[in-house]
Amino acid sequence: MAVAGPRARRRRVATRAGAGGPSYPAWLAAPALAYYALFFLVPLGLMAAVALAERVGHADFVYTLNVENFTDLWDPLYRGIFWETVQLAFVGSLATLLVGFPLAYYLARHARRKTLLLLLVIVPFWTSFLIRTYAWLIILDPDFPAVRALRSVGVLPEDFSVLYTPTAIYIGVVYTYLPLMILPVYAALERMDWSLVEAAQDLGDSPLRAFRRVTLPLALPGVVAGTLLVFIPMMGEYLNPVILGGDKTIFVGNLIGLQFGSSRDWPFGSAIAMVLIAAMTIVVLVYSRLVSREEQYGG
Amino acid sequence: MGKRLLQAHAALVYLFLYAPIVVVVVFAFNGGRQVLNWEGFSTRWFGEALRDPTITEPFRNSLLIAAGNAVLACVLGTALALAVSRMRRAARAPIDAVVYMTLVTPEIVFGIAALMFFVQFSNQLVGAGVIDEPLRGMWKIVVAHAVFNASVVALVVRARFVGMGQTLEEASYDLGAGPVKTFVQVTLPRLAPAVLAGGLLAFTFSFDDFITSFFVADAGTSTLPLRIFSSLRFGVSPLINAAAAMILALTIVAVVVAYLVLRRSGTRARAAARVPVPGL
Repeated sequence: MAVAGPRARRRRVATRAGAGGPSYPAWLAAPALAYYALFFLVPLGLMAAVALAERVGHADFVYTLNVENFTDLWDPLYRGIFWETVQLAFVGSLATLLVGFPLAYYLARHARRKTLLLLLVIVPFWTSFLIRTYAWLIILDPDFPAVRALRSVGVLPEDFSVLYTPTAIYIGVVYTYLPLMILPVYAALERMDWSLVEAAQDLGDSPLRAFRRVTLPLALPGVVAGTLLVFIPMMGEYLNPVILGGDKTIFVGNLIGLQFGSSRDWPFGSAIAMVLIAAMTIVVLVYSRLVSREEQYGG
Repeated sequence: MGKRLLQAHAALVYLFLYAPIVVVVVFAFNGGRQVLNWEGFSTRWFGEALRDPTITEPFRNSLLIAAGNAVLACVLGTALALAVSRMRRAARAPIDAVVYMTLVTPEIVFGIAALMFFVQFSNQLVGAGVIDEPLRGMWKIVVAHAVFNASVVALVVRARFVGMGQTLEEASYDLGAGPVKTFVQVTLPRLAPAVLAGGLLAFTFSFDDFITSFFVADAGTSTLPLRIFSSLRFGVSPLINAAAAMILALTIVAVVVAYLVLRRSGTRARAAARVPVPGL
């Protein structure tokens, strides 16, 4: 129901609109499509071509059909970086879900000033990503007042320092993408009929069992959307490792960036970017396939 | 049952969400030179930031880029939304696919693709003798930002356009008005809040953007986020905190205004919430 609702509504609108004939001509789409073609599709096509180019000298390349840029990636060093990135995206998504789900649940079921609280979730997401990220440099600093206080009373060890470690990067990514998890989960839970949960409990389910059998299946579309929405940008994460990781831990996004900075190896950088897109597409397809099957049999 | 627990958790999450913002703002008022060495309340760094040309110049650039990008995104996005909303499903599907692609492509990938595109394009023009020197300037950043933001505007405007029904447009046509007249007299007044909200979002996203600007910008062109980033190499400073606090104030005002405009126009809160969530 929760899934079919909006889709059915959209279809109804489409048929009604279709009956009246178009009110605005289709050519109005032309400027935007030309724009996307020139400044989005052509650059991506160019990137695909450069990925097959051969590097010449220090910073130049010639277009050929050279797969070496891709085979080079099989090096254990690069495989390790890909593996770390997948790990960051998986663990990061899971952590974001664990932090975000209870809040979305609270907002949907118990909160009184929902609109305000929801706005409060959205606002940070729209403020500068860079500023919010570098703010953690201050908070995670061993000399930050709150941290210093905790250290002096012995709650935190004296040599406590997470800045420029993977932990800092994880805090950063969870922080950055949390609203993207909360919103879709909230949207799914908000449509829920809570009397179903009460009915399940009246009929003898424990609260936990009612949650597992009623709430969770109905929230699943939101959870799926949320995990995808945070997983995708985490796979291409660039800024958090640079700032909070002190550039010490490298992920795929940083590896790409390096090829366009100090290394000046555009073909290799393009090849990594292509592999990243391919990997992301596969993950998204497999994931949505898995989930839709589960929905069919599990619901 | 666990309502108390949920409440406590919610409070912690809001603390988590707002602590960094509060910290930046609070430490911007530190009179001392070292960020974490509190030497008393002072607004001096705000004054210094506003007088420092290495901050005001990038700030001006950022405003110009964000504004140009917003205008471009609004024109392209609105036209697209109007055209697409009544297309047949088969015609619409590939367009939707491209729009979603622009939204989900990792920024680092689009950033380097745009970088290579501009360099190659410029080299071609130089090679063909059309221009003497490689292309430079802020317009490259504007053009690159508007790809993502045109899609944002298109989504916002389309949600509103589909939601409001089109009986008035049909009446307008029946009464003999053409597409232009119908747009100006019937559609635009009702669509204005959505276009405005979309434009404000486009402005904000561009103003805050780091990664695309980082790869596309010329050595001589800086935006405020680029300036902040480059200063982080020397650690956080109260000067940067003051600049950041001013940006935060500006964007929060813009976002709240966009939100209120959308809400007053009758669009549900959820539509606003859905903006950064293209998959839904």
